[in-house]
Amino acid sequence: MPLAPLLRREGLAKLSGREQYVDDLDIPGALHGITVRSTSARGTIRNIRFDPEIDWSSFVIVDHRDVPGLNTVKLIETDQPALAATEVRHIHEPVVLLAHPSRRALRKAVRAITIEVDPLPSVLDFTVRPTPEQIQHGSDNIYKQITITKGDARSILADAPIIVEGVYRTGAQEHVYLEPQGMIAEEVDGVIIIRGSMQCPYYVHTAVCHALGREADQVRIIQTPTGGAFGGKEEFPSGVAIHAALLALKAGRPVRLVYDRTEDLAATTKRHPSWTRHRTAVASDGQLLAQEITFLLDGGAYMTLSPVVLSRGMIHAAGPYHCEHISIDGRAVLSNTVPFGAFRGFGAPQSLFAVERHMDRIALRLGLDPVTVRQRNLLADGQTTATGQVVADGVDRQGLLNRALSLSDYAAKRETHRQFNIDTPDRRRGIGLTTFFHGAGFTGSGEVYLDSKVAVAGLPDGTIEVRTASTEMGQGTTTIFTQLASDRLGLPPEAVAIAQPDTAVVPNSGPTVASRTAMIVGRLVQEACDDLRRQLSLDATDRGNDVAEAIRAWHRTHPNGLLLGQGHYRPPPGIEWDEGTYRGEAYGAYGWAAYVAEVEVDLRTYGTTVLDFVAVQDVGTVLNTTLARGQVQGGVAQGIGWTLMEECQWEDGAMTNNQLTNYIIPTSSDIPPIRVAFQETPYPHGAEGAKGLGELPMDGPAPAIANAIAAATGAEAAVLPLTPERLMADLDR
Amino acid sequence: MSVLRPTTIDEAVAVLSAQPEAIPIAGGTDLMVHWPHRLELHEKTFVDLSRLTALRGLRWQDGDLVMGALTTYWDVLLDEQIGRRFPLLHRAARQVGAVQIQTRGTWAGNVGNGSPAADGVAVLMAYDAMVELTSVRGVDVVPLRDFYTGYKISHRTPDQLITAIRLPGIPYRTQIFEKVGARKAQAISKIGVAMVEAPGGWVVVANSMAPTIRRCRAVEAVLNSGHPISSPEALHDTILQDVHPIDDLRSTGEYRVRVMARLLYHDLREHIAAFS
Ligand SMILES: Cc1cc2nc3c(=O)[nH]c(=O)nc-3n(C[C@H](O)[C@H](O)[C@H](O)COP(=O)(O)OP(=O)(O)OC[C@H]3O[C@@H](n4cnc5c(N)ncnc54)[C@H](O)[C@@H]3O)c2cc1C
Repeated sequence: MPLAPLLRREGLAKLSGREQYVDDLDIPGALHGITVRSTSARGTIRNIRFDPEIDWSSFVIVDHRDVPGLNTVKLIETDQPALAATEVRHIHEPVVLLAHPSRRALRKAVRAITIEVDPLPSVLDFTVRPTPEQIQHGSDNIYKQITITKGDARSILADAPIIVEGVYRTGAQEHVYLEPQGMIAEEVDGVIIIRGSMQCPYYVHTAVCHALGREADQVRIIQTPTGGAFGGKEEFPSGVAIHAALLALKAGRPVRLVYDRTEDLAATTKRHPSWTRHRTAVASDGQLLAQEITFLLDGGAYMTLSPVVLSRGMIHAAGPYHCEHISIDGRAVLSNTVPFGAFRGFGAPQSLFAVERHMDRIALRLGLDPVTVRQRNLLADGQTTATGQVVADGVDRQGLLNRALSLSDYAAKRETHRQFNIDTPDRRRGIGLTTFFHGAGFTGSGEVYLDSKVAVAGLPDGTIEVRTASTEMGQGTTTIFTQLASDRLGLPPEAVAIAQPDTAVVPNSGPTVASRTAMIVGRLVQEACDDLRRQLSLDATDRGNDVAEAIRAWHRTHPNGLLLGQGHYRPPPGIEWDEGTYRGEAYGAYGWAAYVAEVEVDLRTYGTTVLDFVAVQDVGTVLNTTLARGQVQGGVAQGIGWTLMEECQWEDGAMTNNQLTNYIIPTSSDIPPIRVAFQETPYPHGAEGAKGLGELPMDGPAPAIANAIAAATGAEAAVLPLTPERLMADLDR
Repeated sequence: MSVLRPTTIDEAVAVLSAQPEAIPIAGGTDLMVHWPHRLELHEKTFVDLSRLTALRGLRWQDGDLVMGALTTYWDVLLDEQIGRRFPLLHRAARQVGAVQIQTRGTWAGNVGNGSPAADGVAVLMAYDAMVELTSVRGVDVVPLRDFYTGYKISHRTPDQLITAIRLPGIPYRTQIFEKVGARKAQAISKIGVAMVEAPGGWVVVANSMAPTIRRCRAVEAVLNSGHPISSPEALHDTILQDVHPIDDLRSTGEYRVRVMARLLYHDLREHIAAFS
């Protein structure tokens, strides 16, 4: 039985402008905070000069000496200082914090502080081996190196008659969530309370406890309605929260630290730039015989999440294909730029762009249709992925591809384009295809390690409250959880409340990342509902009013009691992962997809217009069609931006186009009709059969569009973004 | 910040004469951009023009189009006669920002701001617009083609108010406006070309190709000569006689020259038999 449809629960508040984001909160007596940042890419801090023109006594001033705990933003590593103490490693690195009642006074004050730095040699190109003077991490600036080995690619390549090679590069991408980063901190009765825009309240909690030297119960993190995130509010908010807390402690008053757009663009994490080389041995019929892949990521100045981004990128690097011999070597390396971090897709869009563009190169080389090459190699049930994971989910991958081909009218379009391109002097049309996959949830044993917990509280009035740390950031958590709980207990949606994530109230259901929320946490919500029913001595046939009445009765006999159903993650059977060898079940489930893009290139301007886009995927059971379609369309739009126009321009490792006038994201006029179709093969361990969905649509647009541009113009289309300037140079080759 | 709100042109020019550092503000869509970061502007005096009813609206006079200085893009888009007589004004107006900017932004503000990427200025210059400048000293009329003397520098002296823009009522043949931005809407021009075939010959205006928007006399001469043009590349040298585009955040000088040549070539091949 499909879930009853439900409109987005917070939709009206957002549409009508009534939603209260962190900057809208009226906190009496709150000061504004601001961050003073490094203007050097790398060096030793010699002096911090405060211009005597300003009366500094009216400012709260914080530097590294004010950090009561360990001066780090704790994540995988503790290499990133909360506030730089002796050394800076990138422009815009936070050094000093100020608070004041007036935002304007703060803007003036920032300009009156000079951070004097003795420069050290910086690394600005992650593809070049560093010199000894440039080493800042370990012995080689490598944050993480991973190899994936299946069979013996090297010997196959040594004897292969046909080898296709290619190098592919992708650029950084900004999240451009509508609401910039922001936190408000205050201390109340010895507890530091931090409210703000975030994906992962417990990440923030851990980092704040660590930097402030506080016990868990002395720190309380509350998520405020979050205006978009896309991974940009996974790890970055931890630093903002620490900063706000440091200012609030020193000020003895609440402090609001909200970035404006230029600061947010300049100083926050972005998608990792990548460099990928493919060497592939193929048979003349297109069969993949051996894949040798080198995958490099620019990690930026601190480690943040680079090792796991690298890991996901590598696991997807060979594509959704069967090949007996695969060797993937990957590294995430340091550079003196703003740290790169989590972004929808998490490394997979980069490596999938490379392999999917490469598949078309293989087809071209062999004189085959790109469709044929994919049909010949797509994984079938019983075959294994690069990590040796046996695929056996019953998904009809060939069917997905065929559906995308028929919906996009692929074959006929190829013909009409041929004629169009002869008849039209100044325009070229082409159609491009990609088949891909995306692993849902944390990699390998990650979900076991997260140990997620969920609670469903039965309230005295017979309604329930779902308590998780999973955040709503526009993607639909609140709505999906309501649907699941309401369906499970037969209660109307109005009788289901979703608790605002608050670490003093909700258990840790893990971070809201990795397309895991509906699939994994949603499942735990169902289990917590079942547990609630058990505690009420009800059986599965008791629904609706029976449940509500039983809850009320329980409270009558347990005044002030806490009635909690619990859900606790247990891994599905048969999941085995060896972190040392990178062998085994990398993910519990994969979404599979086939996307097709049709483009027109204007030969006068080298500008590309996406005329049509078809996105067909299997993400298990679709829990809410409107939300799911919205996720796909939004992901495709974001992918179009990354592919065609979004480009961070750098000088000394700092973004120079940090305004939305010059960092170009697509408008509605740049987006074609996006035709979305789902094939639904239920995943037995996901909520109602759901698999992950949020990230998958970010993977497909780049290769589909680049392949279409190549088909239209003969361009290499190997470097993103394919701006008109870059395409002009490409076609000049 | 202080804001003065005159209600007559006389009052306004008197204020500008007494306080030459005061800044006229019309729609504010240039002046308010990045406002929180432009701390130096916060101390200034602004002369709000919105109460100068005499500057509102457009009219036809002896066949000429006269736009009061408060005429917005939207005012022009609502006027069908302009669509027939000066279609490039419609085409440019439709591509300025989006509706919010089109209803607030003024043509005079576009001229006054003097950005080398101003779309309005490009089409006005193609139609050989005259800028009416008023001060306590009297009225000056300056051809827009001579108005700019350098990057954001013009013949307007600080005490002068732009009071009107006048377009001569001449019949035009071919009329072309191309705006190349980094996306399809809400984009600042990387290259713009406005060109018309007037009774006296071709007028070609380039924007985002030089420190000011400017007429391309060498290109005009080639077009007026009627000599065939064999390829877009054949235009590069001519274009470089007129403009010297730079590499900046938005594009490269090379791209700008090559694409301008390609726009001219491809757009004109349909119009000029000699090209085929
Ligand atoms: C989101 C956005 C998108 C935009 N898109 C475009 C675009 O696509 N193309 C484009 O060309 N521009 C664009 N602009 C810029 C701007 O909207 C235009 O230049 C507009 O025409 C400015 O008019 P205004 O009335 O708002 O000028 P204001 O901001 O009021 O003034 C601009 C300048 O002109 C001076 N000025 C104004 N009126 C007079 C007068 N009567 N006499 C003397 N000086 C005067 C002012 O002192 C100031 O220096 C955009 C702006 C924004 C914010």
